[in-house]
Amino acid sequence: MSRLAVELPGLSLKNPVMPASGCFGFGREYAKLYDLSQLGAIMIKATTREPRFGNPTPRVAETPSGMLNAIGLQNPGLEKVIEEELSWLAQYDVPIIANIAGSTMEDYVEVAKRISQAPNVHALELNISCPNVKKGGIAFGTVPEVAAELTRLVKQVSAVPVYVKLSPNVTNIVEMAKAIEAAGADGLTMINTLLGMRIDIKTAEPILANRTGGLSGPAIKPIAIRMIYEVSQAVSIPIIGMGGIATAEDALEFFYAGASAVAIGTANFVDPFVCPTIVAELPVLLDELGFDHISQCIGRSWNKGGPTVYCGT
Amino acid sequence: MKVEKMTIVYHEPIARNIYQLILGGTLVQEMNEAGQFVHVKVGERTDPLLRRPLSLCDINKEASECTIIYRKEGAGTALLSEKKKGEVIDVLGPLGNGFPLEAVQAGQRALLVGGGIGVPPLYELAKQLVKKGVTVTSILGFQTQDVIFYEREFASLGEIYIATADGSYGTKGFVTDVIGGRGLSFDVLYACGPKPMLKALEQKFPDKEVYLSLEERMGCGIGACFACVCRVPNNETAYKKVCSDGPVFKVGEVVL
Repeated sequence: MSRLAVELPGLSLKNPVMPASGCFGFGREYAKLYDLSQLGAIMIKATTREPRFGNPTPRVAETPSGMLNAIGLQNPGLEKVIEEELSWLAQYDVPIIANIAGSTMEDYVEVAKRISQAPNVHALELNISCPNVKKGGIAFGTVPEVAAELTRLVKQVSAVPVYVKLSPNVTNIVEMAKAIEAAGADGLTMINTLLGMRIDIKTAEPILANRTGGLSGPAIKPIAIRMIYEVSQAVSIPIIGMGGIATAEDALEFFYAGASAVAIGTANFVDPFVCPTIVAELPVLLDELGFDHISQCIGRSWNKGGPTVYCGT
Repeated sequence: MKVEKMTIVYHEPIARNIYQLILGGTLVQEMNEAGQFVHVKVGERTDPLLRRPLSLCDINKEASECTIIYRKEGAGTALLSEKKKGEVIDVLGPLGNGFPLEAVQAGQRALLVGGGIGVPPLYELAKQLVKKGVTVTSILGFQTQDVIFYEREFASLGEIYIATADGSYGTKGFVTDVIGGRGLSFDVLYACGPKPMLKALEQKFPDKEVYLSLEERMGCGIGACFACVCRVPNNETAYKKVCSDGPVFKVGEVVL
């Protein structure tokens, strides 16, 4: 068995590295550059019931070691994602984690029911943390009772395990994580972007047409690590960690903090080969540090005796 | 589309805050279309984080060199301007779809309209059109005299008119004033420049064959991040991505 292989609910990952939702489209662009079967999994762009155009432009603004985005969940809608994107992705030997979003609980339930039936969808990622849509998104991700209720409803209809993507824009992320675990979630993914803003010094207007946007990139890495460190000690379901990872060393910090797998977001824009590069460099890093298997690293920052968080068989 | 560490062969200012950068590398062999761009990593660290989309001004396959002309404006291009001859630079490209050469035939007349830092891709286009036997007239608009560049280069390929917004050189006013004032006729018009200029051309020539190259803030540059989308007329959900569907569009194809 590969020293990078990780077993998570619904996911037998050949390696624990995957592109994060919203930073990889549905994989078509990156498939022109490398074989997508090299990836541990793919988190596809958020899918909603109906097609969405998203927000007006400008949709991105650069920040020190980061970027703000306010895309607004642009996607071709559930039907097209199933018929055109997921069926196209089926040619690759890679499990898909379908990120789903909606404006109402009914939206989430409908998308979950349908998309979880697709043969290559091995897990759902419940997007209750997008800061860029007026209705839905983060509204479901900041009140623990609401997030728990949505998790319960989606769990009832989903044919595959459900991971819930946590927002960092909360006062107490541990409380949120516990509520979602108690509601039956199979795993957590964290963190989504942090709400931010930039203002043009000439016009005095916000640079983003949406005014605010989600901050991602290396700038948010320490926040993600701290939150994973806290949450992984408080829950027993596994965490897929994300937030500013750009190198194998970054990824290792997330494993040490308590993540069982990692997702790469913004770094794909800087280096389109970043995911396969990290897959190739992780074993080298394990050698240097004297580990046989990546699972030995999970939660090591708070548990020197070895992993007690879920890391499979 | 590839990533390559290209070597800086030449890098000097050619007008106020305007730099000419010549890069050498095998990636040049993949560059074909005028109007395509490359996505350039300007620093080794995480700040500035994103690549910078820069259009190709000249493709020289024999020498395996390409020329980029950019304006030093923000932190990214300021950092780029400090790179020296002999240094390497991380380049992703070539990206996007360029100006369609097949839209015009030998013996016909093409009007090339450029505004400011939108001028560079028109140079490679002018070269390719002249080679095809097309008569090229270039109308280049700049803010003021000291930011004008490539006048001689364009003049060697056909008729050229220059407009400056402050009247310090050439015709005072905008490129549209030159076209109207001189009653220039054409079979196809190709343009690259600021959005108000493109909108003015769209309104002025609703029934002509016109191709416009758009600029937009980009993330990935390859079509994955949906940062640079624009709307399609009369449709609520349809869109085009400037980076991968464009940056050149036929007039009317997208909402400016």
